[in-house]
Amino acid sequence: MSDRGFTAVAETNPPIPVRQTDFVSSVVNSAADSFNGFFEWFGSLGIFSWQVLRAAVTPPYEWRELIRQLDEVGSKSFPLVAMAGGAIGVIISLEARYSLTRFGAKSMFPATLVYSVVQIMGPLLTGLVVSGRVGAGMGAELASMKVTEQIDAIEASAINPYRLLAATRILACILMLPLLTLATDASGLLTGWFAQALVEPLSFHQFITSGFSGSTFNAFLPQTFKTAVYGLIIGLIACFQGMRTRGGAAGVGRAATNSVVLASLFLILADVVMVKFILVVFP
Amino acid sequence: MAMVDDIATKQADPEQDCPASMVAVENVHKSFASHMVLNGVTLRVNQGETLAVLGRSGTGKSVLLRLIIGLDTPDSGSVCIHGQSIAGLVLDRMGEIRKKMGFLFQQAALYDSLSVRENVAFPLEHHRRDMPKSERSDRVRQLLVEVGLDGDIDKMPSDISGGMQKRVGLARALALEPEILLLDEPTAGLDPISSGEIDELILKLQRERKMASIVVTHDLHSAKTIAGRLALLNEGEVVIEGTFEDLQQSDIAFVKEFLQQS
Repeated sequence: MSDRGFTAVAETNPPIPVRQTDFVSSVVNSAADSFNGFFEWFGSLGIFSWQVLRAAVTPPYEWRELIRQLDEVGSKSFPLVAMAGGAIGVIISLEARYSLTRFGAKSMFPATLVYSVVQIMGPLLTGLVVSGRVGAGMGAELASMKVTEQIDAIEASAINPYRLLAATRILACILMLPLLTLATDASGLLTGWFAQALVEPLSFHQFITSGFSGSTFNAFLPQTFKTAVYGLIIGLIACFQGMRTRGGAAGVGRAATNSVVLASLFLILADVVMVKFILVVFP
Repeated sequence: MAMVDDIATKQADPEQDCPASMVAVENVHKSFASHMVLNGVTLRVNQGETLAVLGRSGTGKSVLLRLIIGLDTPDSGSVCIHGQSIAGLVLDRMGEIRKKMGFLFQQAALYDSLSVRENVAFPLEHHRRDMPKSERSDRVRQLLVEVGLDGDIDKMPSDISGGMQKRVGLARALALEPEILLLDEPTAGLDPISSGEIDELILKLQRERKMASIVVTHDLHSAKTIAGRLALLNEGEVVIEGTFEDLQQSDIAFVKEFLQQS
């Protein structure tokens, strides 16, 4: 083959830089779409929150549905949070005893357990457990109603779905999370004390007196009642994800998963902010 | 659900011209992404009149009903109910208008966690709270007798057939004694006997209640039976509107083809 032949072939090949340009532009477009999607999601969440707030404060009030949701979120989550609290109480008890004995501070055991359970683990554990149970359930239930046009049917029946479905569920989460946190705390303290008492005698009265000595309500109430914000996050995210679902069974699955993942993520992020806030406001 | 559209930033335009008809759809356009579904549709329905909207699948018949009841909003044009435009109404204000309307969904859309009785009672429990419980219960039973399902009152939606679900949906749509009835494919997916029964039921309701009805269907036989006037949609436009005889006498190629294939 002559040199001229090689030149001709080289000239007819498509230039490589064009393909690189295509690749770069597709990456840029994809990043722009993701960026837009991110802000669109927050924008839609803002509009949804406004709709729910407006529906929640104007009559008629859906008392019966609220009571049903209080039962659904509260009573039915109670065994789960009690068990989770119980397990965490035992774990902290075992770990704390070992560490405190090692550093010669065994007498600090009751206070350590109370502090760990009530101030740190109890609220967060309750939030995450309820986020898993209630968030997934609400997300899937509302998504299923959405794809089978049941939410449209509610609206067509002249009933505000934001009031009936979303406001009641979110309010139930806000009201029940602090109560469930108290259950987690009580369970954790009880099992923590029991695990300790099996190893060496310690009366429950002595454990509680020693554990709470020097503590004020300011140390515990904000930590317990901050879980109302967790409830707001769980209820809002689950209802939002459920009521905006599209796409049949796959959409229902996505809504359930996203409800749990996003609610858990926002809950932990909110905890960071709230811990700092509580330390500043309730020193 | 028109979540973004119905935010309370817009208010209904009282100046908007609305015809005196019970339902008036004026030059309505609706697109989803780049796909034009309705392209300048104009329809009117008066009291006691039944209009059947016919057309091939995907020509925007169901979208038209969703626009009329406000579940979707038109890109342009207007929808008027009782001489009032529903554009931009907030959800609770729209609810007042919807109380005068009954909607039967294509798949019935029954609440699957509620029994047949609870499904029919649902609108009554929310809008007739002043009605004594016994009276509400009697009303539910009477509605189920009308649709021939009083024997299945305590069954769950999953325990009854598709035809029975549509009857329950119809009973629920009638619970608030609407002045306007919107039916989305009431006989789709049903055997000929069940279809005939639903048609008979709709005719009976029309005779007794004198509602304005819009029936979306692709079942020409059903449309001919229950509607005095028919509108044929194709590619988002009303190709022809008139009686069944008007359709038969039409020279429009699409109308001829539709009648031949039906």
